[in-house]
Amino acid sequence: MTVPAPHAGAAPRVVLAEADIDRALTRIAHEILEANKGSSDLVLLGIPRRGFPLAQRLARRIGAVDPSIDPRAITGQLDVTMYRDDLQRNPTRPPRATQLPPTGIDEKVVVLVDDVLYSGRTIRAALDALADLGRPRIVRLAVLVDRGHRELPIRADHVGKNLPTSSAERVRVHLEEIDTVAGRPVNEVVIEGGA
Amino acid sequence: MKHLLSTHDLALHDALRLLDTAEEMAAVGEREIKKLPALRGRTVVNLFYEDSTRTRISFEAAAKRLSADVINFAAKGSSVSKGESLKDTAQTLEAMSADAVVIRHPASGAPARLAASGWIDAAVLNAGDGTHEHPTQALLDAFTLRRHWAKVAGTGSPGSDLTGMRVLIVGDILHSRVARSNVWLLKTLGAEVTLVGPPTLLPVGVDTWPCTVRYNLDEALADRPDAVMMLRLQAERMNAAFFPSTREYSRRWGFDDARLAALDTLGLGDTVIMHPGPMNRGLEISAAAADSVRSTVLAQVRNGVSVRMAALYLLLAGGTHDDPAAPAVRENPALSPTKEPAV
Amino acid sequence: MTGAEPTPGHGYLIRGASPLGGPRQDLLIRDGLIARVGPGAAPDSGTQVIDADGLIALPGMVDLHTHLREPGREDAETVETGSRAAALGGFTAVHAMANSSPVADTAGVVEQVYSLGERAGWVEVRPVGAVTVGLAGERMAELGAMAESRARVRVFSDDGICVSDPVLMRRALEYVKAFDGVIAQHAQEPRLTEGAQMNEGEVSAVLGLTGWPAVAEESIIARDVLLAQHVNSRLHVCHVSTAGSVEILRWAKARGIRVTAEVTPHHLLLTDDLVRSYDPVYKVNPPLRTADDVQALREALADGTIDAVGTDHAPHPSEHKECEWAQAAMGMTGLETALSVVQHSMVETGLLDWEGFARVTSTRPAEIGRLAHQGRPLAEGEPANLILVDPAARWTVDPYRMATMGRNSPFAGLQLPGRVQATFYLGHPTVLDGALNAPLTPAAKETAWTG
Repeated sequence: MTVPAPHAGAAPRVVLAEADIDRALTRIAHEILEANKGSSDLVLLGIPRRGFPLAQRLARRIGAVDPSIDPRAITGQLDVTMYRDDLQRNPTRPPRATQLPPTGIDEKVVVLVDDVLYSGRTIRAALDALADLGRPRIVRLAVLVDRGHRELPIRADHVGKNLPTSSAERVRVHLEEIDTVAGRPVNEVVIEGGA
Repeated sequence: MKHLLSTHDLALHDALRLLDTAEEMAAVGEREIKKLPALRGRTVVNLFYEDSTRTRISFEAAAKRLSADVINFAAKGSSVSKGESLKDTAQTLEAMSADAVVIRHPASGAPARLAASGWIDAAVLNAGDGTHEHPTQALLDAFTLRRHWAKVAGTGSPGSDLTGMRVLIVGDILHSRVARSNVWLLKTLGAEVTLVGPPTLLPVGVDTWPCTVRYNLDEALADRPDAVMMLRLQAERMNAAFFPSTREYSRRWGFDDARLAALDTLGLGDTVIMHPGPMNRGLEISAAAADSVRSTVLAQVRNGVSVRMAALYLLLAGGTHDDPAAPAVRENPALSPTKEPAV
Repeated sequence: MTGAEPTPGHGYLIRGASPLGGPRQDLLIRDGLIARVGPGAAPDSGTQVIDADGLIALPGMVDLHTHLREPGREDAETVETGSRAAALGGFTAVHAMANSSPVADTAGVVEQVYSLGERAGWVEVRPVGAVTVGLAGERMAELGAMAESRARVRVFSDDGICVSDPVLMRRALEYVKAFDGVIAQHAQEPRLTEGAQMNEGEVSAVLGLTGWPAVAEESIIARDVLLAQHVNSRLHVCHVSTAGSVEILRWAKARGIRVTAEVTPHHLLLTDDLVRSYDPVYKVNPPLRTADDVQALREALADGTIDAVGTDHAPHPSEHKECEWAQAAMGMTGLETALSVVQHSMVETGLLDWEGFARVTSTRPAEIGRLAHQGRPLAEGEPANLILVDPAARWTVDPYRMATMGRNSPFAGLQLPGRVQATFYLGHPTVLDGALNAPLTPAAKETAWTG
């Protein structure tokens, strides 16, 4: 089951290994603290599925820098399913849970966290979802990979890696919280398909 | 799943998906802004051939919270033969580009007929048909029971089922669409269902149903149920010789104060009392029972909106009418897509 | 003038048919009679030769139970369209049920129906007279007048409604003895079936449709066979549908009671499981029953407990079926599928051979209806009412390609065996090559009569 379909063209290539992901996340954590001039009012909202574990990892790193921070108290999950503009183009997706930190998001600095930034439509949906939940003071965006091909005027504030791709390719992020390959947890970013 | 017509053929997978989605909808209901844009531009028609303000406003609230446009079509009245046929009404709604038809009808099978006829392309949701089924009522009952069961077990409701839960359904089973839908759904979710009622109000053929049948409510209560669902006794049954008098019915099958007290005596601290409403207080349920802390009547109403939002969302939001049993997102975690490109 | 006058003109030589599925024979038909049966008959001039290689010759089928809807519901069927359907289905005689509008409860109405049948000329149309005035179940209709009319009614029935009053039923059974009539009872206890929508049982419990319990049929049959015994009259039971009814009939026949019974093709094949679709094409009275009932009915038809097949052909306009189940009319078409359904459920299951098929579709129904010229052996000198059937043919039922106006066939889309290639009605081919040929015109008959 781990073998990609034969028609997928070139074999999957690993573009970020586990250590690369770790380094990128550490750097982003520092950037977030720097941009925010500290940890006050920070809330990290991961977009399901893989944005959430990334948000958790970032929060742990922020907690390591600032021990006054409880990583769990600043982390949440923001489901954007029902705000997507492509619902009618796909089979029905069941929504996932939205869980905000106990402090809520009003007047907070919300950092949206996602794994791959591509068309920008997921982030647009996330901004709409956020507006229905409260009024943050600032909203920023952190992604592990920015692969280009934007279709909306959206950019990330914090990027783990800029990855030029062709739109025929697929970028897959595997995180051990969710993914296993051959029964073993794995952390990597691979590119499949394309030329 | 293109339509929601019955719980008889609702797979566990689909039932859990509906209930889990309803949990997310319930969370939205607790927010300040209760509206979601998921069904923006979609048209939901409430086609009611029977009066049922409760069910209609519940569906209406659900559709509106999902941003759908709602048209209420009260085709009520017994003059179906004189009036427009179901076929003509359906074709009218089709011409108006209805995306979903929520239908309440006095004839069993009318929603199934609508769905299979080819008169209309819309998704059909059964909001109660004759003495057949009332699937969203059963779903909201199951949702209410599941939350209770999870609380008793000290776990979370999403993803859980009703394994091991013992549910009594009491009253006029023969004419109850609520009972039918609940028997199938609760069984699918793993509950043990017992039907209790006068033999005249149990259908011939009930012996083939996946449940136990008893005639004596006190004996059934002594078997320590976790939930007791009282059915409404319809006025038209009262004079049709199904039982000698309402007084005798109430004494033998009503949930009265003595039976409420018996729950305490039996030490059944967690047993809840349900009723789909509207209640005949003093007939099938005493006022004290209806208003007791065990009563879930208001929670059922509240959960009705969440469950109907889930049903409308799952039937309407997707662009295709694929069976949700076919994985929309690949389930193998190793090959799970990181992000579907939003073309 | 009766329906039994021979037709003149040229003859027909049927080559190589198998009478009742037996050895191949040639049959020469002339002047409305079977002139010769035997191998190698030579055609003379004016004789049309019909190649019947691989075809079975059977006596023309006789239906005891047909709703032709005329007069009154000509939007559902007419005598013309219904008798065309009958000819295509292999029938040479049908009994037109009395529930027309006006009801066939007077000599005038039965003679009108009889005349319409003659004028159509596709089959012998024998009106059934109502037992009670207006089918109201209150006063006996003028049974004697109908019996003595030009229509010579012998079968009386309130079909669609049960003669539930036991005294009235007793009197009717007694009264028709005066002219060798028979009361054909629609056995349905009315109080037990108020609002009934389908067979009461496992399926109705799930579907929430009001049940039509088997006991409502069986209790009436039990009462009626005892009444028939008591007054020593002829009783015919329409559309028997339950295993319990079969047991009662078996008991009654063993006691020598003069009871006969019919079963519909649909009750020989379909079960109430089909109602799960809520498609009213499966709504019929008596309702489709269980697989156990179907099996019992087949065995009863095979062993003679049930005497005959009666189609209960009941065409309805589409708006009466394109609606909710509860609002839909009861009934199914059957004339053009009867042969195939009976072949499928009785012959291909080994329960009946073709001789037995002829018994239940022709000989016995003709005897019950007292039709002297129908259901006769395929022998020299007998009236040439016969059909040629291709038993190897397979066809898919399409109600839109039928002659009946009713589109309500429950067999639509089913592939069935057997095809009627030719129908000879009094020596005249109403059907040739599986298609309508020409009716037997009154003019032709008149010539024969006077000539």
